Amino acid sequence: MTYIDPHIHMVSRTTDDYQRMAQAGCVAITEPAFWAGFDRSSPQGFYDYFRQLTDTEPKRASLYGIQHHCWLCINPKEAEDVGFAREVISLIPEFMSCPNVLGIGEIGLNKNSKNELTILEEQLALAEQHNQLVLVHTPHLEDKLKGTLLIMDAVANTSISPDRVLIDHVEEHTVSAVLDRGFWAGMTLYPDSKCTPQRAADIIESVGSERIWINSAGDWGPSDPLAVPKCQVEMASRGHTGALIQKISYDNPLEFLSQSGKFKVS
Amino acid sequence: MSNPSQLSKTEVIDRYFLEHRAKLLDIAAFLDRIDRAEGDDGSDFRIDALLECAKQLHSSEIGRTERMLLLLSDSTTEPVDSAGTKGATGAVPPKS
Ligand SMILES: [Zn+2]
Repeated sequence: MTYIDPHIHMVSRTTDDYQRMAQAGCVAITEPAFWAGFDRSSPQGFYDYFRQLTDTEPKRASLYGIQHHCWLCINPKEAEDVGFAREVISLIPEFMSCPNVLGIGEIGLNKNSKNELTILEEQLALAEQHNQLVLVHTPHLEDKLKGTLLIMDAVANTSISPDRVLIDHVEEHTVSAVLDRGFWAGMTLYPDSKCTPQRAADIIESVGSERIWINSAGDWGPSDPLAVPKCQVEMASRGHTGALIQKISYDNPLEFLSQSGKFKVS
Repeated sequence: MSNPSQLSKTEVIDRYFLEHRAKLLDIAAFLDRIDRAEGDDGSDFRIDALLECAKQLHSSEIGRTERMLLLLSDSTTEPVDSAGTKGATGAVPPKS
């Protein structure tokens, strides 16, 4: 079945993954800028990363018939040094007009610190100023609930409409708060943390299928670039309709991402 | 609006029982593995949290996953002064 993976870090994946994703029905992806597993030593390292996301990766994806899009930002794991983060933020506007840039992301919080919050607010201001969509990373594990609430409050202090913000990595204890406040919600399908395909299917059964999507967040750590089609199979095997499965894995991402005016499917 | 389950209770049990029986045995084996290992016999906040969560398995009310996640969440509301580390442990460390 055709699908969109709206959150995957292909710079960390092989061309074999692109091939398998294409074979499994992937027609488009979006790749948020994130932490590389180590801290970059200079803002120039981010400049090169942004070139990779806007130039190299779309070409690699196109070989497999997959439309590649990206989001730019300084991620929360490297936002503790405010001066460094501001230098990176100053590089972003020059890339915003690239045809595959959909917005600012994945911004958010990691350890819920004051400096992370300052940089989150400054990047929300950048999105506001340039009328960009926003993709939000919520913290891991014990920090998720608190971080999700702080992030939603930070967005509420801007003029950005919640329906232009996707709050990612929701789980059972955050999904309803995110949806109730009018945001879009993303469920990340991971083997050991976040949601499994089964729990994501449980959440769809419980909270419904409006303003919610699934993604693999495949990267350099334990993750599965085929997690979205695995969740499609899980839902089909439970007897859910093709229309419902298509809604969460294709129609919903298409609706949210099309607000950018730049999103394309193959 | 929710999307009702398409499976009967028996179908859910038939389909998932063995998988979750194995997961429960894994937890028991994990606790035994800790006990057999050398080192400090004192408690570990992560294991204490896991055992507290396990009490939810005896609840008969829907929402067990959410309640477990709340037990594993930092319930403070103010940003911390500095990030310190990048990682998270999976349970709330003492004095956090
Ligand atoms: Zn990510």
